[in-house]
Amino acid sequence: MGLMDGKRGLILGVANERSIAWGIAQALHREGAELGITYVGETLEKRVRPLAESLGAPLIESCDVNRDEDIEALMAKAAEVFGKLDFLIHAIAFANKEELSGPYLNTTRAGFLLAMEVSAYSLTALVKAADPLLNPGASIITLSYHGAQKVMSNYNVMGVAKAALEASVRYLAADLGPRGIKVNAISAGPIRTLAASGITGFRQLHKAFAEVSPMRRHITIEEVGNTALWLCSDLSSAVTGDIIYVDGGFHVMGAPSQED
Amino acid sequence: MASPEVEERLKKIIAEQLGVDESKIVPSASFAKDLNADSLDLVELIMSIEEEFGVEISDAEAEKILSVEDALMYLDAHATASE
Repeated sequence: MGLMDGKRGLILGVANERSIAWGIAQALHREGAELGITYVGETLEKRVRPLAESLGAPLIESCDVNRDEDIEALMAKAAEVFGKLDFLIHAIAFANKEELSGPYLNTTRAGFLLAMEVSAYSLTALVKAADPLLNPGASIITLSYHGAQKVMSNYNVMGVAKAALEASVRYLAADLGPRGIKVNAISAGPIRTLAASGITGFRQLHKAFAEVSPMRRHITIEEVGNTALWLCSDLSSAVTGDIIYVDGGFHVMGAPSQED
Repeated sequence: MASPEVEERLKKIIAEQLGVDESKIVPSASFAKDLNADSLDLVELIMSIEEEFGVEISDAEAEKILSVEDALMYLDAHATASE
């Protein structure tokens, strides 16, 4: 018996086998969930399709979250393949590379709006479209980062977008709570993904993280996957509107330890 | 030049990442033009090389690694110390 037996849902944001969303997909699949997995464009399709097929995903669709028609088509397909949904995983963000470098002050209006639309509004758009399909007890998870709460060099407009995303989690949780639907964010420590490669100085940030965090190590996509599994399962039935840190305790630290 | 052992390991990574036959991976081969790598392939390839050889390739250095020979020269200069 698996924790996710009989549960079905969508995962948006797998890019390759290093993706955090892939860690989540594997954990949910291991416990018996049926998955629908999306991608955007041919470059990503050639990476995502084989991964999704390896988990026997009955739904593998293209979905550009900036297009309402794509989101509607995805939900129509989900209704056809799954009927109802028990979880929705949102692992999507984008900002122009040049704005993930240097002073935040240099953010352009267009760059700001783009980062906000793709990284924050897309969660609301997806939940709105998925709403009629969500079963009572369904779980919605998005991925955030501590740069939403504290300043992280070069994270810039993405930190601002993640702050909006975390606020969206709270408002969506209030909207959907009466139906028993949970909405949470996982704030993961830095992981070397394709997306992270767009952040200037990520290597230094990644290195410093392991030196400062209480556990003195990096975290893995498997660890994020297992936390997502808990949030998607009935074990977390009273947890909603929250930001769950999977960061070895990094976010509780003030001054780093002097001993080593 | 990089040792034959380093060259073999590099070829293996490139073949796996780009899905090309090892016979096509000659020093003069350009990742993009000759081995059909897209922009994401290049990022993934650099990450794989870093893991395999325990090196840290900066963005500026990565931008200059465009061919098999570039990667070999980079490893020749950086990988030996950590092996």
